[in-house]
Amino acid sequence: MSLLEVSDVHAYYGNIHALKGVSLNVNEGEIVTLIGANGAGKTTTLRSISGLMRPRVGWIKFSGDDLAQFKAHELVRRGVAMVPEGRGIFARLTVAENLDMGAYHRSDRSNIKKEMDRVFELFPRLRERRGQVAGTLSGGEQQMLATGRALMSRPKLLLMDEPSMGLAPILVETIFDIIKEINANGTTILLVEQNAHMALQIAHRGYVLQTGEIVLSDSAEALQANAMVQKAYLGIE
Amino acid sequence: MAQALRRIEIDFVDLFLWLFRTAIIILVIWGTVAKVFFGVGTEYSTAAWIDFTIAGIAQGSLYALIALGYTLVYGVLFMINFAHGEFFMSGTMTATVFVAIPLASAGYLDSNPFMSMLAIMLTAMLVSVGIALLTERVAYRPLRRAPRLVPLITAIGASFFWQYFFRGLYGSAVVPFPNIPIFSGTIEIFGLEILRTRLVVMAASIIMLVGLYFFVMRSKTGKAIRAVAEDKDVAALMGVNVDRTIAITFAVGAAMAGAAGILYGLMFGQTHFFMGFVPGIKAFTAAVLGGIGSIPGAALGGLFLGVIEAVGPPLFLEGLGIPGAHQLKDVIAFTMLVLVLIFRPQGIIGERLAEKKA
Repeated sequence: MSLLEVSDVHAYYGNIHALKGVSLNVNEGEIVTLIGANGAGKTTTLRSISGLMRPRVGWIKFSGDDLAQFKAHELVRRGVAMVPEGRGIFARLTVAENLDMGAYHRSDRSNIKKEMDRVFELFPRLRERRGQVAGTLSGGEQQMLATGRALMSRPKLLLMDEPSMGLAPILVETIFDIIKEINANGTTILLVEQNAHMALQIAHRGYVLQTGEIVLSDSAEALQANAMVQKAYLGIE
Repeated sequence: MAQALRRIEIDFVDLFLWLFRTAIIILVIWGTVAKVFFGVGTEYSTAAWIDFTIAGIAQGSLYALIALGYTLVYGVLFMINFAHGEFFMSGTMTATVFVAIPLASAGYLDSNPFMSMLAIMLTAMLVSVGIALLTERVAYRPLRRAPRLVPLITAIGASFFWQYFFRGLYGSAVVPFPNIPIFSGTIEIFGLEILRTRLVVMAASIIMLVGLYFFVMRSKTGKAIRAVAEDKDVAALMGVNVDRTIAITFAVGAAMAGAAGILYGLMFGQTHFFMGFVPGIKAFTAAVLGGIGSIPGAALGGLFLGVIEAVGPPLFLEGLGIPGAHQLKDVIAFTMLVLVLIFRPQGIIGERLAEKKA
């Protein structure tokens, strides 16, 4: 059974029809990527899943439950975490406080401590900077922090919005290696990316989103070989 | 041509601001020098100057307590809650009418002053919190996504609503706050005669300011408040109930205002349906002065405003030969507000807005 099912979702910003019937599903254990250009509706799709926006038509189910009944802040408890667009770290909180916020819904201090140690193992840089105000971190470190913070809730499903944005190529490699590692440890991932090249290398399956509609869906290998994808997203003529 | 004109325009504005700033500084220095070295106006003893300063600190700590409400709410909503002065008034009047006066006539204020004071204060805080929560739920929350001018005007409306609501309840006469014998008179500390009420006000304010600071910086709820202040969507993704956190922020600010109201009653001996207006505006000035959004800023701004209001008139206003200088302390407060808004909009220790985007 799919962990996440999105069915015929239509979403609007005022009168602007941003999603025109998006359907997709993510199975347990997968990395699924959603690629598309700027303004295709990738972020809107994630915002709809995470409850920050309400679809006007269509439904979204997580582990079989319709998400329309939950508010955005009730989803973490059910196992959905998000690394938001532009990282969304709390710049005036310290690194440790940001990570604490990731485990906000939990009150078992000893487990939170263990979780934080696990995040520090994954991102040793964060351990060095735990007392530092997060706004002073570099872009790459902020991305690590946003990812670590999402992991603090031990999510079943991790939604990632453009983790590679604004990072140096070498850091992008590191971040994608870590995404693979997180997935290998049992977290299902829905990865939204403009960097289709990198995303398709680590994903199992992919969807191509164009002006609010899914135009293509296939396994990552098939998408990499697809002529349209090569031309539009991979820069191969 | 057009560009050249515009440049000249900017130069004029800069020139005017520069002259304005220089004029104010010269006036203050001139007044001070005239007072200190040439003895213009009344002559005060050292004890009187110390008394002015202590009065200023006591008044300033009240401003600081009220300013917290402005600063906290501004932090999470970027909204100036002009009804905050009424949160201050509502708790104070209710506690005075229903708790303080009955306790006084039953004689409890003499026999159990501390327990009575606690009861009065808790009542004031609870009522203020109740009024704040009601206002937030009914008047502000539905407008959360409206343009920023809309909640601002609503807040002014809410302020009038509560003023006249409580005027209807308790009448438009001054309700005297009962005298508590143990807190009246003076006490000698380090050879200084200090009014006991001022000492109580200062001590209570410091305890509450420090307590609030630790609540916001250390507790889980405080962390949630700071997270909501930075980014409501991301805070919600972390599992923070944003609506509830905003309501808590209002409640905390109102509790401080309610407590400040009782301290005000203790210090000035009276309550009135309009009592929230001037302290509210002054506290708002203090919050802006210190840097709105910052808790230490509110404390610092309040103290600074209180002291300069108390010491300024006898010092430089009298030195300039202005008659009835004491009645002009409000002029000082609002001149400070204008100066800060022009020359240092971020306040004494406020942060630059750019930092938020880091």
